[in-house]
Amino acid sequence: MRKRAARGVKDSAKKAQGLVGLKGKLYAKERYKEKIKMKKNIKAHEEKSATVTNDKKVEDGAIPAYLLDRNEVNRTKVLSNMIKQKRKEKAGKWKVPIEKVKPMSEDEMFKVLRTGKRRKKAWKRVVNKVTFVDENFVRKPPKFERFIRPTGLRFKKAHVTHPELKTTFCLDILGVKKNPQSAMYTSLGVITKGTVVEVNVSELGLVTQTGKVVWGKYAQVTNNPENDGCINAVLLV
Amino acid sequence: MEGLRKRQKQAHINPEEQLKAALKQETKIEKAEVRIKFQDVEGNQLAEEIMIDSTASKMDLNKLIDQIIGAEEKQIYQFYLDDKEVRTSIKEALDKAMKTNKNIKSETIIPLTYKPEAMFRIRPITRASSTLEGHSEAILSVAFSPDGKSLASGSGDTTVRIWDLLTETPLETCVGHKHWVLFVSYSPDCKKIASGGMDHAIFVWNAEDGKQIGKPLKGHKNFVTSISWQPMISSYESRHMASSSKDQSVRVWDTNNSTCLKIFTSHTASVTKVLWGGEGLIYSASQDRTIKVWDFDSGSMTQELKGHAHWVNTLALSTDYVLRTGCYDHTQKEFEDSKQMQKYAIERYEKIKDPQGERLVSGSDDLTMYMWQPKQGNKHMARLSGHQGLINMVTFSPDGFYLASASFDKSIKLWDGRSGKFLTSFRGHVQSVYQIAWSADSRLIVSGSKDSTLKVWDIEKRKLMFDLPGHADEIYAVDWSPDGEKVASGSKDRMLRIWRN
Repeated sequence: MRKRAARGVKDSAKKAQGLVGLKGKLYAKERYKEKIKMKKNIKAHEEKSATVTNDKKVEDGAIPAYLLDRNEVNRTKVLSNMIKQKRKEKAGKWKVPIEKVKPMSEDEMFKVLRTGKRRKKAWKRVVNKVTFVDENFVRKPPKFERFIRPTGLRFKKAHVTHPELKTTFCLDILGVKKNPQSAMYTSLGVITKGTVVEVNVSELGLVTQTGKVVWGKYAQVTNNPENDGCINAVLLV
Repeated sequence: MEGLRKRQKQAHINPEEQLKAALKQETKIEKAEVRIKFQDVEGNQLAEEIMIDSTASKMDLNKLIDQIIGAEEKQIYQFYLDDKEVRTSIKEALDKAMKTNKNIKSETIIPLTYKPEAMFRIRPITRASSTLEGHSEAILSVAFSPDGKSLASGSGDTTVRIWDLLTETPLETCVGHKHWVLFVSYSPDCKKIASGGMDHAIFVWNAEDGKQIGKPLKGHKNFVTSISWQPMISSYESRHMASSSKDQSVRVWDTNNSTCLKIFTSHTASVTKVLWGGEGLIYSASQDRTIKVWDFDSGSMTQELKGHAHWVNTLALSTDYVLRTGCYDHTQKEFEDSKQMQKYAIERYEKIKDPQGERLVSGSDDLTMYMWQPKQGNKHMARLSGHQGLINMVTFSPDGFYLASASFDKSIKLWDGRSGKFLTSFRGHVQSVYQIAWSADSRLIVSGSKDSTLKVWDIEKRKLMFDLPGHADEIYAVDWSPDGEKVASGSKDRMLRIWRN
């Protein structure tokens, strides 16, 4: 077998020289491929590396030795750094995930509450949507209360999703910043889809470049809370 | 006649002197004298008991001890009464101690422990003096040379960069690795830099011009986790170096010939840290929950320290700092040749060395640390628990009296370096603390964390001293230069920052 293998080289050379036409081309192609493989092999041997010769591309996301082997959450930059801020300033607008919201009529928002001996007076309104009232909220005396916010529809917490980390946290609401429907709704604290709300993010452990701990961030509500019974929001980074 | 004169003499007492004597008696009643005996940290009594005025200040005590010891060099000492520091006068400490401990009374002999402090005081770092760009990927490891004159950083862009500290500019770039550089370490004579990486190879570079020395050290079958050089006290040449890797082995290399001298394979999981101790022993910590002690000369395993319940992440030796800095200290002596350097290094080592053997502390994922004394046996000396997250790094203070541990529970804990007793917790970081470094006088700690800030903590007052924000992303590596002037921090945002006073 050894001698046959040794003579095989001469036979294949003869073949390569002898074959003509299409067969010749095909054979030449195959031989070329084999030659390339051989050359690579020789080069690899020449390198004399004891390591596995896999051409690993240098991956992104370099982490130090003490963090390897730990399946940490894929950490993208949680903080807005200088470049992002500069971009924001250039854009000029405050970009929010939900830019336009369906306009809501007043009868969708409020329910008329008739009062008086003959139920003739109709100046009171009951808010039909989810509201937020802060801790030190005290109702006005019932005689003067124009807008009633039922306790059943008052919420303190929101499920806030971080858009880059793709994780959701249940965070306290600090206040309603802006309701796109009307400024009046903002002052009432009504939360509908598209409302920008300020949430307490001390759980996330964010720190600004100057070293201060960030504990409040804006988030925009993404669902209709009065239908779902919970407030889902997306953090505005 | 003579008798008369005598009586006259006796009768003639100076009224002024009489008054003074009366006053003295009064003041004597106010001052309380206490009997104290000085004892050093190990409990050995220094001299016989001394009667001293309880309002004596720390300086007076210092002078007293200097007189008793009769040392040529002046030394500053810290005094402890029943483990409480004597800050102003003995009386105050005594009052405090009497409240807590009933055994101590002002009538009994009070033991006063004295502890030598560093003669020099390092100024705390307060500002970032420069931000060094250059790396194109996150910086994974940062190291100062033992003499504090040179700085090297290893990064995810596969290069090692050497920086000039006087001008705070880049000096050299060492290209050679094919994957992330995970660890950089200077040799004790400051002439070579060893860097180990994800490409399973270790490269040795010349610290002055950044050129590669010898061939790349190949042999490991998985990435290199840590490197430790043979300390100067064992060899004046800076030739041998040990490396640990995820391939479960520890290899000892000869950097002059670029060969592998010994391979220690006994671990059954990735070896996370290797340390070359002062007694010719090599300690290796592994994810298989054990720590193994190897003898370099014979090439065999002398001990196996079991006890942890999860991965062992880090190791620290009580003589770590002295072994790393070798012959370089605050006096900045000039040496003629390497043998003189070795002699001075041995002198420094003997001062810090514990006669009972080196103390080793290991930190683990099981939220505890164990203190071992390998010379004394296989059983741990103390179990240090209290952290609520895995422990990433443990370091002894340069004088070996304190131990600091950084953990993923956002806190740093300070322990007594000799007994392992818990002293205090430093809270302030808002995310996991990754690395800590001590200042050369053992009075300050700097810590770098995932929350992108560095914090400087004061050990005497046990409080936060300075908060140093500035990095835009997680801080992966921190080091304090042995001359105490600068701190370098490398971060995921590819910047290397140098901080000064």
